[in-house]
Amino acid sequence: MSKIASAFNHGKAFIAFITCGDPDLETTGRSIRAAVQNGADLIELGIPFSDPTAEGPVIQEANLRALQGGVTTDLIFSFVRELRMDVTVPLVFMTYANVIFSYGADRFISTCAEIGIDGLILPDLPYEEKEEFLPLCRQYGVDLISLIAPTSEDRVAMIAREAEGFIYLVSSLGVTGTRSEITTDLAPIIRTIRENSKVPVAIGFGISTPEQAKRMAALSDGAIVGSAIEKILAKSGRNAPEEIGRYVRSMKAALEELSKDGEIH
Amino acid sequence: MSNQNGRFGIHGGQYIPETLMNAVIELEKAYNHYKNDPEFNRELTVLLNEYAGRPSRLYYAEKMTKDLGGAKIYLKREDLNHTGAHKINNVLGQALLAKKMGKTRLIAETGAGQHGVATATAAALMGMECVVFMGEEDTVRQALNVYRMRLLGAEVIPVKTGTATLKDAVSEAMREWTRRIDDTHYCLGSVMGPHPFPTIVRDFQAVISKEIKDQLMEKEGRLPDAVIACVGGGSNAIGSFYHFIEDTGVRLIGCEAAGRGIDTFETAATMNTGRLGIFHGMKSYFCQDQYGQIAPVYSISAGLDYPGVGPEHAWLHDTGRAEYVPVTDEEAVCAFEYLAKTEGIIPAIESAHAVAYAQKIAPEMSPEKIVVITVSGRGDKDCAAIARYRGENIHE
Repeated sequence: MSKIASAFNHGKAFIAFITCGDPDLETTGRSIRAAVQNGADLIELGIPFSDPTAEGPVIQEANLRALQGGVTTDLIFSFVRELRMDVTVPLVFMTYANVIFSYGADRFISTCAEIGIDGLILPDLPYEEKEEFLPLCRQYGVDLISLIAPTSEDRVAMIAREAEGFIYLVSSLGVTGTRSEITTDLAPIIRTIRENSKVPVAIGFGISTPEQAKRMAALSDGAIVGSAIEKILAKSGRNAPEEIGRYVRSMKAALEELSKDGEIH
Repeated sequence: MSNQNGRFGIHGGQYIPETLMNAVIELEKAYNHYKNDPEFNRELTVLLNEYAGRPSRLYYAEKMTKDLGGAKIYLKREDLNHTGAHKINNVLGQALLAKKMGKTRLIAETGAGQHGVATATAAALMGMECVVFMGEEDTVRQALNVYRMRLLGAEVIPVKTGTATLKDAVSEAMREWTRRIDDTHYCLGSVMGPHPFPTIVRDFQAVISKEIKDQLMEKEGRLPDAVIACVGGGSNAIGSFYHFIEDTGVRLIGCEAAGRGIDTFETAATMNTGRLGIFHGMKSYFCQDQYGQIAPVYSISAGLDYPGVGPEHAWLHDTGRAEYVPVTDEEAVCAFEYLAKTEGIIPAIESAHAVAYAQKIAPEMSPEKIVVITVSGRGDKDCAAIARYRGENIHE
């Protein structure tokens, strides 16, 4: 059983995405601790990439600010080592295939295992290409998270059957970024996932308000929020952590109401 | 050359978001069906011949041959195609395919603007909606092409992210495709991106080498000794090479944009300065830093200003079947001026990279040897920029 499962053990999970090094790693560390103290169950740590093709403008800019600030894969590894002294929630890296490939997949994935990274989310590594890193992930015990999209259709069962850690269900078409409403009918996709997998399902892309988080988590096992947090960082920079803490608390509170209301699958 | 998963040796693949997977699978199925469909091929041939003006001429450049004093030089005149470049070959194929698939909207990236103009042209002809993404920097360098695209009814979206050049236009077109898939075909302009694009674009451009072979057989009764073409993503080069790959006596030479030189950071010579990576849907060679961040590249030519290269070229490089050589801005500009003065042909600055390398090797070859240079496009679009390069401040 992967450590990631523990994020889903206490009600609906709230998953926060934070780009490492935006505007600096010290702020990233405080932001993560604020998120965890206020109820985040799992943290997605973004390793910035120069050309993040699956991201909308907010996270693109966060990537750019982080790289301009001089953050590198090696600095992020040292940062996670230090973070792990007190942060115990599951941590996964979200980055692009070239960041791992270029570092040397064996060196990258073995380091992840050593420093306490539990999984990898790679938006440009679909099912067909997962052999690129899966054998090494298995070898070192790092979960390779599968993504499922509204366009996956006949692919949902195939992907779900081999999923590990959790399944990242993309809420809608397009790139990351907040949306005023999410109109995709996700229920049939989740039914197919449940028929084929016991792995928890969290929904991401476009979620920013407590109402959206509640609605998405009611369908699944958790909600993932990225751009809304990055917006706070873009606006408040080094002063963002406190505000991030308050924001996470309001989101987690919405999910806790759901747990009280009882499970809706 | 490509196997089941769209691999060329270790290169290629489908490194794209899950959201796009069914779209590329649907495209591959449709392509595999229509490529053998007689009616599709008949319609495409009519478009290529009657609309685009194929076959393009294989012109014996007698003055250039005499001037260089070596190998006999032929120019494959893709610059004479409708819209002024080889790009139309691929675009007519993809637009027809998209139409058969029921798509009503084409999106495209463009660097120099030639692929954008070709896509806007095909969209106008076939009554489709068209949106072109172009790096903001390139919209300035190639303002005339921006106007042409708008005149043809396309919407041009300047891309301000990253280096605001071709790679950012590709990223933005990919993002747009994930937003809107149902009615939209991404008309990719080069032999790059995820499978099946490198194969589809190569097949539609392979008409270039097919014609060179037939035309040279008719004129000289034999194969050329060398075929030279410029390489950015590599579509005119793979088109020029494809039917000669099995003819191992024919040297295949791709000319990369070295910019200010391969020993500087201001270069776009991927094979000569890049290393293996995964980006824009494919495994291939890319200009990147030690952490895999894609490097900002530079070339005077907006069409070659790309940090990667198509996977089939990467494979031809690995196997040694083709050679990839760097050509600097200065060499390309000199060749641009040379071909204008010697043959009365103004080549695109991209194509001038190939002309420059031919100027280097032809004099060393004996007069019975034959070199074919693909003039992938016409140079009208570049005149203002080259004048500025030479210190002459003219406005378009």
